[in-house]
Amino acid sequence: MTQDVILEIRGLRAGVGDVEILKGIDLTIRLGETHAIMGPNGSGKSTLVNVLAGKPEYEAWAGQVTYKGRDLLQMPPDERAREGLFLAFQYPVELPGVRIREFLRAALDSIREHHGLDKLSVREFNRLLQEKAKEMGIDQDFLRRNVNEGFSGGEKKRHEIFQLLLLDPTLALLDETDSGLDVDALKIVADGINRFRGPQKAILLVTHYQRILNYVAPDYVHILIDGRIVASGGKELALEVEAKGYEWLRQTVGG
Amino acid sequence: MVQAPPVYDAYLQRFQELAKTLPLPLWLQEMREEAIGRFLDLGFPVARRGNEPWKYTDLRPLAAIPFCQPPPPYPKIQAKGLRQILPWSPRWDVVTMVGGEYKASLSHIRGAQAQVWTLTQSLQEAPSLVEEHLARLAIYHNDAFAALNTALFQDALVVVFQGSREARELHVAFISPPGEGPYGHYPRLLVVVEKGARASLIESYVGLGSGPYLTAAVTEVFLEEGASLEHYRLVMEPEAYHIGQLRVWQDQGSSFHSVYFGRGSRIGRNDVRVELDGPKAEAYLYGLYVTQGQEHLDNYINIDHIKPHGTSRLLYRGILDGASHAIFGGTVYVQPGAIKTDAEQEDKNLLLSREAEVDSKPALEIYADDVRCGHGAAAGAVADEALFYLRSRGLNRELATRLLVKGFATTVLDQIGPARLRSFLEMVTFASLPSLRSLG
Amino acid sequence: MASRRKVISRETGIEEKEYRWGFVIPIEEETVPKGLNEEIVRLISQKKGEPGWMTEWRLRAYRYWRSLGYVEPKWAKIYHPPIDYQDIIYYAAPPKESDRPKSLEEIDPELRRAFDKLGIPLEEQKRLAGVAVDAVLDSASVATTFQKKLEDLGIIFCPISEAIQKYPELVRRYLGSVVPYTDNFFAALNSAVFSDGTFVYVPPGVRCPMDLMTYFRINQAEVGQFERTLIVADRGSYVSYLEGCTAPIRKRHQLHAAVVELIALEDAEIKYSTLQNWYPGDREGRGGIYNFVTKRGICLGRNSKISWTQVETGSAITWKYPSVILKGDNSVGEFYSVALVNHRQQADTGTKMVHIGKHTRSTIIAKGISAGYGQNTYRGLVKIMPSADYARNFTRCDSLLIGNRCGAHTTPYLEVRNPTARIEHEATTSKISEEQLFYLISRGIREEDAQYMIVNGFCRGVFQELPFEFAMEVSQLLRVSLEGTVG
Repeated sequence: MTQDVILEIRGLRAGVGDVEILKGIDLTIRLGETHAIMGPNGSGKSTLVNVLAGKPEYEAWAGQVTYKGRDLLQMPPDERAREGLFLAFQYPVELPGVRIREFLRAALDSIREHHGLDKLSVREFNRLLQEKAKEMGIDQDFLRRNVNEGFSGGEKKRHEIFQLLLLDPTLALLDETDSGLDVDALKIVADGINRFRGPQKAILLVTHYQRILNYVAPDYVHILIDGRIVASGGKELALEVEAKGYEWLRQTVGG
Repeated sequence: MVQAPPVYDAYLQRFQELAKTLPLPLWLQEMREEAIGRFLDLGFPVARRGNEPWKYTDLRPLAAIPFCQPPPPYPKIQAKGLRQILPWSPRWDVVTMVGGEYKASLSHIRGAQAQVWTLTQSLQEAPSLVEEHLARLAIYHNDAFAALNTALFQDALVVVFQGSREARELHVAFISPPGEGPYGHYPRLLVVVEKGARASLIESYVGLGSGPYLTAAVTEVFLEEGASLEHYRLVMEPEAYHIGQLRVWQDQGSSFHSVYFGRGSRIGRNDVRVELDGPKAEAYLYGLYVTQGQEHLDNYINIDHIKPHGTSRLLYRGILDGASHAIFGGTVYVQPGAIKTDAEQEDKNLLLSREAEVDSKPALEIYADDVRCGHGAAAGAVADEALFYLRSRGLNRELATRLLVKGFATTVLDQIGPARLRSFLEMVTFASLPSLRSLG
Repeated sequence: MASRRKVISRETGIEEKEYRWGFVIPIEEETVPKGLNEEIVRLISQKKGEPGWMTEWRLRAYRYWRSLGYVEPKWAKIYHPPIDYQDIIYYAAPPKESDRPKSLEEIDPELRRAFDKLGIPLEEQKRLAGVAVDAVLDSASVATTFQKKLEDLGIIFCPISEAIQKYPELVRRYLGSVVPYTDNFFAALNSAVFSDGTFVYVPPGVRCPMDLMTYFRINQAEVGQFERTLIVADRGSYVSYLEGCTAPIRKRHQLHAAVVELIALEDAEIKYSTLQNWYPGDREGRGGIYNFVTKRGICLGRNSKISWTQVETGSAITWKYPSVILKGDNSVGEFYSVALVNHRQQADTGTKMVHIGKHTRSTIIAKGISAGYGQNTYRGLVKIMPSADYARNFTRCDSLLIGNRCGAHTTPYLEVRNPTARIEHEATTSKISEEQLFYLISRGIREEDAQYMIVNGFCRGVFQELPFEFAMEVSQLLRVSLEGTVG
């Protein structure tokens, strides 16, 4: 594993409106690492990834987030994306009338242009699209649809991971990517995530259940309760939580 | 009853000039006399109280100007120039009318399925057809603009579609020429799709002048039993006072599939009435309106289910920029006895600027019980959620907005068959929105 | 207790089965001569012993009304023969204002029996659970219960004629502030001749512990009823107000033109529920009330809320649009409505939501049911002013048709002048589904009951907004109103 720090969170407090949800988060992620954040409903998991992605209604009140050596919180959300930060949404929004192909083309062009690369030709783009679609078991008809419109829960998640592979970011934030999936769909999604992993990549995976960690083995597990990380450890921590429940931890740490 | 203001005298004068020069059969002369009489009685519907059809459009600026000069001649016009401002395909049959006059040099008809006549030709070739149909749908007795058009049109196009083979598209272009001074332009089109015939018609109205001028257009469409018409109507007259009327009558089992594309005008009105007067008739009316600057556009769409088992869909989308003002007023009527009617109506609007204003009034009037009718309306800016999703994939705000606007318009654009027409309208849409134009 | 609340199922022994509230209360009432002129306006004011400013205000309203030349608003989808405004009695009341019983015990036993029969007992010990009642007969309030208990909390709940005497400052400040007499023809008429109604004031921070109710009863023939209601909820207060109305069976139409004004200050909430069961006329459309009513509330302060719930089953013609002006930032307006027309009834009803403040929200849920030859129109306006950043509206209008001679119409107006607003409107029209009916019938349910169940389900979203007191009655009222629609 390399020692390059990609994301450094220090004393992050954040919320929506007048409600404070994150009450001081510290976390360091290095290239090549996969971190899992587990926690009960309402603990602040989604808030954390949404703050990192720059969702407008989520506000950072205090603390620092450094991404690739830059102050992440000062960057507009599209710039974060072009700098290689990717959020796989828990509930991807439907975009009526916006074709998947056109959407992906615009995203890829934006990112390549940002890095001083030429836009792909139609042929190159199509080839890339086919290749990644195949990896995720996505067929041609699917690519003709509008973004997320009328997708089933499983299709939405698969489409998110398909984008992850196609846009090839550096840091992937996966927000409950496992929720609402049956076993077969979970395997496909997990395969996609594992394909993304590598020494120059990092993953922050947020989940309620330990189940997905059987397929995507984390290097570190953090337990988030009431806006604070109350425990960190290896993947065995996830199994312990699974066995004993979050209540056990809440009591242990006196949170 | 109402004393006609002096400005209306000029319209009467214009009528008298035309009556002297146009050789018309007696029935038509009488009809036009009656029409000018009705216009003088009615006047323009300028009342600001108790005038529900014009609730959101104040016609007083229009009524204050006497649009009585004839459209100026425009000899310079060339096919090449037209292709810059109009959709075009070598496959299409084309008829061009400039300032109400037929331009043979800019027209070519190769299809055998469409008879296309000027008024004079039609009165020779099919006099009874013209007499039976003209002004039967655009009733001028209670409508000032129908009256004005009927009294003052210089020429009319009469189109008869026959045969059930898929016909080539017929593009009828009405050009308002450039010219000084307020002139009145009265395009008139009569379309008969005969029993069982299938046809495709594009009507476009394009203004080259810097105005102000008046275009008061009337199109009447008759769909006989089992007939089917794919219809497009494009209005691109930003400098005009444009009052366009479309009147459609449908017999049993006929199908009318129509897409309207409208840019705003000084005052624009898209006035449509479709009567489903035979059982199992179907009408699909789609519309996209795009307004900017100080433009004003008032859509007034009425669908009348008279006979049972009819189907109608009314789906309009508006994109508003600048300080423009757009209106959607649509009513679906279901008459007593029109059971098993299936009607839906939807109007959605996207506001791109703080100064834009939209008024939407989608109404249902239902007098039969065994029906399924529904409508929806919505207005707002591009959704924040959607914008964030796209930005989280690396698209900047402008690009993301553009993509969403395009997606919004797609629902209507997808209904356009001819590919050349579709890409032309997509281009015009973005060219008409200053907030997005810079984004390439 | 519960059985006493069953207004609907009470046997009255009246011939006309379909309208069981149609009896006349045999009580002596004093009336003024028919017709309307300045003298009559002065006479009404004088009978009420009103101060000079009130008389002047009435006269100004009267002069404005006269200037309209008997021309009523024309835009509604209703039809009626011309109303002869000089053929109406504008004031009728039990003998003298000073004879109003000093205590509830002194109420004329005939009156007490009548209100008992209507399900509105005037003895506090027999009260509707937790409801204070102001009973208005024709032009005057005849009894108000629980006044003492409410006074202890600083809540004023009294006839408006009493409020004009006792709280002139409050009345002067707010009367006509939401519905000026120039607002429309009927508001002008009401302002000139209104005779009674209810005044409510809830002081800052007080949560009114019981529902307040006014029961309006038209009794005399040829009388018009013109009541006026004014409710002011001061900062941080809450009040739930109920209104019920019935009238005897008369062969001729009678006019009812009320004005209701609601004012909610910062953080205040007013919940206003109406059960309108005026005499609807007979099967042929003879008789029945012309119900031309102006109701409007203003959310003046931040975070205030006004909620209208109405169930309109009565009247020959209903013309009313309970509205909310959302002036305070974050204020909320709601409108929940069930309107049912049967036989020859006509209803043109809906709401106006005018968004002025930022982050204002409104919800409109309207259910229309048309049967017989009834004509039912929803008419509503949602207006977003340029200042109303992030305003939200959601509207849902559904119409149900029973039989092929009735009509259901929907005319919404959406006026949007701020791009940050989000407005959504949905509407459907259909008949009772044969499939649903068959499903229920196949389970052994009688067709009439099955139809009632479906209609009741169709209205549920509105009924659940009603206070418990009303909800039970309403379901039964619906059943009665639907009688004779099967087959």
